[in-house]
Amino acid sequence: METSKNLIKLLYRLGDNTLIYGQRLAEWCSNGPTLEEDVALTNISLDNFGQTRAIYSHLAEIENKGKTEDDYAFRRNERQFYNALIVERPNGHFGDTIARGFLFDAFQLHFYQELTKSNNEFLAGLAAKSLKEVQYHVRHSGEWVVRLGDGTDESKEKIQKSINDMWEFTGDMFATDSAIDKLTEEGVAPNYNLVKEKWTKTVEEVLYRATLKKPEDCYMQKGSLSGLHSEFLGHLLGDMQYLQRAYPDSEW
Amino acid sequence: MSTLGEATMTGQELFDYKIENDLKIEPKDWMPEDYRKHLQRQMSQHAHSEVIGMQPEGNWILRAPSLRAKVILLAKVQDEAGHGQYLYSAAETLGKTRDEFINELQTGKAKYSSIFNYPTLTWADMGAVGWLVDGAAIVNQVSLQRTSYGPYSRAMVKICKEESFHQRQGYEIMAQMANGTPEQKEMAQDALNRFWWPSIMMFGPHDGDSPRTGNAMKWKIKRETNDDLRQQFIDKTVAQAEVIGLTIPDPDLKWNEERGHYDFGKMDWDEFWNVVNGNGPCNKQRLQHHIDAHKNGSWVRKAANAYAEKNG
Repeated sequence: METSKNLIKLLYRLGDNTLIYGQRLAEWCSNGPTLEEDVALTNISLDNFGQTRAIYSHLAEIENKGKTEDDYAFRRNERQFYNALIVERPNGHFGDTIARGFLFDAFQLHFYQELTKSNNEFLAGLAAKSLKEVQYHVRHSGEWVVRLGDGTDESKEKIQKSINDMWEFTGDMFATDSAIDKLTEEGVAPNYNLVKEKWTKTVEEVLYRATLKKPEDCYMQKGSLSGLHSEFLGHLLGDMQYLQRAYPDSEW
Repeated sequence: MSTLGEATMTGQELFDYKIENDLKIEPKDWMPEDYRKHLQRQMSQHAHSEVIGMQPEGNWILRAPSLRAKVILLAKVQDEAGHGQYLYSAAETLGKTRDEFINELQTGKAKYSSIFNYPTLTWADMGAVGWLVDGAAIVNQVSLQRTSYGPYSRAMVKICKEESFHQRQGYEIMAQMANGTPEQKEMAQDALNRFWWPSIMMFGPHDGDSPRTGNAMKWKIKRETNDDLRQQFIDKTVAQAEVIGLTIPDPDLKWNEERGHYDFGKMDWDEFWNVVNGNGPCNKQRLQHHIDAHKNGSWVRKAANAYAEKNG
């Protein structure tokens, strides 16, 4: 019983991460610097929505309260979302989106890699399937960090600032609470310290190739595991949930 | 005709021979300058339509009412970006670059389909656009699979495979809403009311008022006339509307036994030309959006080029 409550919290975290990240990337549709980038960013968005649906559907099964995947996405309020703070950051310019994307994609890569070892069958399967997608995501965003970092003076300055600005939100990706700690002990969730070690290595490698500086250690924002978010999340949800909220008796 | 025979033909003769015998014209073949220009105009307009067409549907991706609907719509808009890519590539075989085509779009020299100058006001518009706008586009594109220019024809074959899925998803949204709550049904009917006439005008002016149709038919760039294509579209769409209980907003629409087709009312060509000439509800917005996105991406494209030059 306790395990299932903890597992539910973890599933919220994972599904909310990919939902909010996918929604942010979908904002790029028709706004990319090239048609090729419109296609690429949309692909990544679609992969994230796909992961979200798998996670929420499983959540609905184990919660067993007659909910559907859409109830999780469209019928919860700001304080009931547990996504990491970084994914709700506004898109900004292309460099901001790439910086956010790279730092989060690299997290997903190492998180899912560790999660393939989970003794929970669903999580291990989700991780194995998602890993293939996330490898592409981190290659896409990482290559852009390198291109922008080692491109023109202007692009270097921009992407360095984007990475610096995003940095204070990276700590929160690795946050755990007592529920998740318990799952780690039980071999259900990964060891977040290990994920962070590997993430740090990937980030250092890519920043080095991009001729960029790794930001100094700084204060890290926190709170997402208690449902404490930035002001931006409410607006994102307002758009996303509008129809379901305005016509609660309708099926779509 | 033997190869030897071909070798003795002039460029014009070989071109005429190929057109006559339904053989494809390929990029390296000699072609009349007007044929090239006609295709450059038509293919780039087609590419621009795919790209500008991302905006009215993109308007609802963030607000799609279910995860399933969101994913389907996003995938569809992504396909449109992909179609834009194929079509620009196919058009580039005629000797202009994508940048040149985009410049023509942004300076108003090139057009895109006027249908995208109408706003998408409710979720039902995602249904109407898929069902009617993509439905009309399919009728046109199926016909263009037999166009005489090889790269254009092949692009159409590829695109048609994806478009039929687009139309189905649009129709599914309409069907679901038409059978939903009274509010949903009202939205569906309203969307049909707003998109019907602009959709049937997508096929362009009547044949008698379409100055370029003559050459395009002679060169087999176009295989069927605007009026024939429009009639095909109307004939197949009327029954689809009946099945889901929506009413096509044309009191003159009725089956003509003798012709074996539906008769339909008079289209408002003043409105059509007004929108073509820049006065539609969204003309300025759509073009400005494209210009802004392109401008905002300029530093990124420069950086990518600089990186590629440094790293060969």
